[in-house]
Amino acid sequence: MANIACSSRRHPALAIGKYAAIAFYLGFALFPLYWLMKIAVTPDALIFSEGTRMLPSAVTFENFATVLFETEFLAYFRNSLTVSLGTAFFTTLIAAGAGYAFSRFVFAGKRIIIGVMLITQMFPLLMIIAPIYKIVADLGLLNSLTSLIVVYTAFNIPFATFLMQSFFDGIPKDLEEAAMMDGCTRFQALRTVVFPLTLPGLGATLGFVFTAAWSELLFALMLISKNDAMTFPVGLLTFVSKFSVDWGQMMAAGVLALVPSCLFFIFIQRYLVQGLTSGAVKG
Amino acid sequence: MAGKAVIARAQKNVVPGGTGARRSLYWHYMVEPFLYLSPMILLIGSVMLMPLVIGVSYSFQAIELLNPFDTGWVGFENYQKLWTDRKFWIALENTFFWTFWSIFFQFFLGLGLAMLLNTQFFGKKLFQALVFLPWAVPTFLSALTWAWLFNPVIGPIPHWLAALGVLSEPYNILGDPDLAIWGPITANIWFGVPFFAITLLAALQSIPGELYEAAEIDGASAWQSFTKITLPFLAPMIAITVMLRTIWIANFADLIFVMTGGGPANSTQILSTYIFTTAFRKLDFGYASTIAVALLIILLAYAVILLWMRRRLVKI
Repeated sequence: MANIACSSRRHPALAIGKYAAIAFYLGFALFPLYWLMKIAVTPDALIFSEGTRMLPSAVTFENFATVLFETEFLAYFRNSLTVSLGTAFFTTLIAAGAGYAFSRFVFAGKRIIIGVMLITQMFPLLMIIAPIYKIVADLGLLNSLTSLIVVYTAFNIPFATFLMQSFFDGIPKDLEEAAMMDGCTRFQALRTVVFPLTLPGLGATLGFVFTAAWSELLFALMLISKNDAMTFPVGLLTFVSKFSVDWGQMMAAGVLALVPSCLFFIFIQRYLVQGLTSGAVKG
Repeated sequence: MAGKAVIARAQKNVVPGGTGARRSLYWHYMVEPFLYLSPMILLIGSVMLMPLVIGVSYSFQAIELLNPFDTGWVGFENYQKLWTDRKFWIALENTFFWTFWSIFFQFFLGLGLAMLLNTQFFGKKLFQALVFLPWAVPTFLSALTWAWLFNPVIGPIPHWLAALGVLSEPYNILGDPDLAIWGPITANIWFGVPFFAITLLAALQSIPGELYEAAEIDGASAWQSFTKITLPFLAPMIAITVMLRTIWIANFADLIFVMTGGGPANSTQILSTYIFTTAFRKLDFGYASTIAVALLIILLAYAVILLWMRRRLVKI
């Protein structure tokens, strides 16, 4: 693990290169976000004259107040929260069951089901966009958050299932067998022994699906056209074209859009990286 | 009576392969797993597979919502139209350009980041959280942020490029047909590097450290141990991530849709944005499905070739 650290200890030039690389990656990752925040807090009158100045010469939170209290921002926010939480909950529940089955059972058709799930990751989702629109429209469910939750849940299940399976694979089978030996039913063993150990996995899956649902744009754009049912991405897009001159408000809305997913990201980051590095994608 | 029952119970418990054991096997192999799986199968079947079949069938029909009386089966008419559609070929070329350069930079920057994260340095945990942050930014917001950065009124990029002499004056790159595609590509690189970094980091950490120690004792240079140990070990992971990401990026319409909407003059139109606009601007679902089937066939061919190459080239 420390192999490259060793070689950099031998060559001081490599150490300098390494810190240059660290600085480069940090700058590349953070600069756009910094710029977003900078414009959001710059008073409107200064946005043009500031140009490419790195630090704003004055700071205001007026744009945030306007966006929060004088626009439909909060309604979009609530819709997105409903959709994302609903999707995350149902996806994780269903994927946990499926992941458990893949991890613990040998059964008829297992390879076929896994193959089909892999294929769903490979075909263009845009392929099914027109049929889904027609089905949802025929059912009279356009502009309903429920239809979005159902569609998002289906889309996220394959990856979430593979993720959950790898978490279950990491829990020794003996644990629940021992519990079942002691007289628990499989379900009791699941609940009392396996479930507590999968909590990090459940958390990672919840967070992953939540952020995916939070940022989905195209299906939301297609299934929702009424203002009061718009999710955040769609709402923000129409918001942006409506207010296209008011850069400060747009940026403030952007910063606010960033808050939930970043909070979730910080919360799940450790689990997610752990989960991904410990097997989910180890090919 | 009682005696018979006892014997029956004894048989049930003792005789292997008796009805009880068989029922339990049946339960364990055919029923119980499907109790856990059925919600998933139901959802994937109804929301993904069924629409997929319907979508393929659409490509052989005329389905225009604006023209509802002129629907019906038309055989390969949509495909003939595709063959002569100049916009389709432009979009196909743009898809290759967009996918290739996005993957190219995402991969090499991701590999660099993974190798960096595989070493020890001060503040590594914080560094990792910060450089992975772009991945958490909703894609529509990445798109808006980069569109803003490229805007000469509020963004610094055109000014920097003008100062470097790349541009004659700070104008909007996203409005220039020759350069516009680089806007979404840059945003895509920014967004996608962390994912490559995570998967490659996982692969790097699975390489046994003793290999490097042995190589060092034998006097191997850093470059030699990279090409002789690191790369061969990473190859299977590289093949699979590059394949999945290529497919994903080729399908990825959000960034382009928000940043340029396919313009100016179709210079950033890729197949997936073309599918979306055909379906929802023109409401021509038949033709949109035809383009989607073409994209599906191209991606399948790509996956088959890559998997075949992987089997041929990768020894481990």
